[in-house]
Amino acid sequence: MSDVPINKRRSGSNLSVPNADALDKAADVEGRSLWQDAFRRLKANRAAMISAIFLIVLAFICFVGTAFVPWSYEEIDWDILEATPPNFATGHYLGTDSLGRDLLARILQGGQVSFLVGILATSVALVIGVSVGATAGFVGGRVDQFLMRFVDVMYAVPLMFFIIILMVVFGRNFYLMFLAIGFVEWLTMSRIVRGQTLTLKNKEFIEAARASGGSTTSIILRHIVPNVFGVVIVYVTLTIPQVILLESFLSFLGLGVQPPMTSWGALIAEGAQEMEITPRTLILPAVCLSTTLFCFNFLGDGLRDALDPKDR
Amino acid sequence: MSDAFLQVRDLKVHFPIRTGGILIGRYTPLKAVDGVSFDLNPGETLGVVGESGCGKSTLGRAVLQLIGATDGAVSWLGTDLTSLNKKELIAARENLQIVFQDPLASLDPRMTAGDIIAEPLLNYRSTMSKAERRMMVEGIMERVGLLPRMINRYPHEFSGGQCQRIGIARAMILRPKLVICDEPVSALDVSIQAQVVNLLMDLQRDFGLALLFISHDLAIVRHISHRVLVLYLGRVMELADKAALYATPRHPYTQALLSAVPIPDPTQERNKDRILLTGDLPSPLNPPTGCVFRTRCGKATDLCASQTPKLERAGDGQEVACHHWKD
Repeated sequence: MSDVPINKRRSGSNLSVPNADALDKAADVEGRSLWQDAFRRLKANRAAMISAIFLIVLAFICFVGTAFVPWSYEEIDWDILEATPPNFATGHYLGTDSLGRDLLARILQGGQVSFLVGILATSVALVIGVSVGATAGFVGGRVDQFLMRFVDVMYAVPLMFFIIILMVVFGRNFYLMFLAIGFVEWLTMSRIVRGQTLTLKNKEFIEAARASGGSTTSIILRHIVPNVFGVVIVYVTLTIPQVILLESFLSFLGLGVQPPMTSWGALIAEGAQEMEITPRTLILPAVCLSTTLFCFNFLGDGLRDALDPKDR
Repeated sequence: MSDAFLQVRDLKVHFPIRTGGILIGRYTPLKAVDGVSFDLNPGETLGVVGESGCGKSTLGRAVLQLIGATDGAVSWLGTDLTSLNKKELIAARENLQIVFQDPLASLDPRMTAGDIIAEPLLNYRSTMSKAERRMMVEGIMERVGLLPRMINRYPHEFSGGQCQRIGIARAMILRPKLVICDEPVSALDVSIQAQVVNLLMDLQRDFGLALLFISHDLAIVRHISHRVLVLYLGRVMELADKAALYATPRHPYTQALLSAVPIPDPTQERNKDRILLTGDLPSPLNPPTGCVFRTRCGKATDLCASQTPKLERAGDGQEVACHHWKD
């Protein structure tokens, strides 16, 4: 088909630019996708960018910083054995907790757990929620009814009850907690994705994909998922703090991470018991937790603005 | 007749519409397409005209089985598409493509032009290498009048006419035998319309494809079609060769449609006889008995209310569904 000579009509439509030669030399023009446009808008949003940078730095410090702290999170300083104020001579830069463990090391380790929970549990929720929601919305009919009624039933199961049962049956397992939280959080995600899928389903480009031979699976993967992702990614950034908070709550109740391991929630629980004697042990992890949540929310807001379809 | 290319026989598409009932719904069929039959030969263009809501687009989609038919048969090269299962249908669609009305809406906003055009290749030529695919995409882009270096652009960066060219390129890349054009030019301005219609005609000549050209623009249908099908409320009013239909329209509805086409000459335009149709298109939920057109027809009699007219031959290559076409 390429051997067909360039006809008049074609040159009339596209090549009539005065300096067509120069344009041809410009080689392939890279288009700018909607994602790139959104990212540009996000970069212009100062609060969201500061939050993103802050989160990256904080996560980096939590994961790498433990190597530079003289004490490990589980090590008890037998010379102290009580909460002490910061002391540079002994290497307790932020002091110790009531058992004489280094507070800085524990906050960093707690941060690792909180970030991990936030990301892993949200990924679990993301994968299940998107696949269930997209399938239910796109296939429709009985499949939709079945999946959505299942979600309704899951909504009705009390969260704490569900997690306690999981913990009792499978034992207290660090990774199980991620799964348990993820299993709870996917419900809302699946509803959002289903709703978005329903609006996309009747668009002409989906019909076009079907006409050009796409199977249901390939249409969901190739067209539905990329198009719902804008909404999903906003919801993800708002789910992460929710999940972190939920983990803190579980740890506070004693259902989360097990000592000597810790998380920000567990640290706050411990600190709360001694807040009259050493407020430091409560305030420091609480500040870390709340600024992180704050930043995730800001980032989510920024993303929502950046991906807002009205701006396209 | 058995060697026909595309044979549509008594095709019906009814949508169940809920019209009452509290817990158990009462449904009334909306007869979007009701007993349409026609043949299409290789390399031929059949124009489908009719006013809004008469079932033109539904007919096009039902031929491709994008909308399931309630009754009737769509036989493509001898196999009935309505009887195929999902897999067989996907295989059959290799030769059946469609170009949509809204150029931008029919392109996935998150994909580049190249990916959009290459999609049929991914589905039907999955063994093709990336480089081969790119070559084919660039070839067809050039053929439909797009610069191959725009391959990485996104739909929102193109104009309406260019988007429609992308849609045409996607439909043509597999060299299909039949392309359904669902009002491909009605969203474009007049100068671009001409370009796109001429492109379709060029492609038809080069690839020998058959077109089912759906439009409400009688002038464009006259330009591109060999035969024309006039639909009203989901039924065929008249099916005729282009020349016969435009010279001697037999059905009162066709006559009214043609008289509404403006003549680009003020004196003629002012003096011509206009047949004005009164009233609106009746609801397809509750179509008139007998001849569906009788409520707006000047020639309607009691016979029209009691008996549905059948398509009958009215001269060379012309079929009319009217009791009174001889008057």
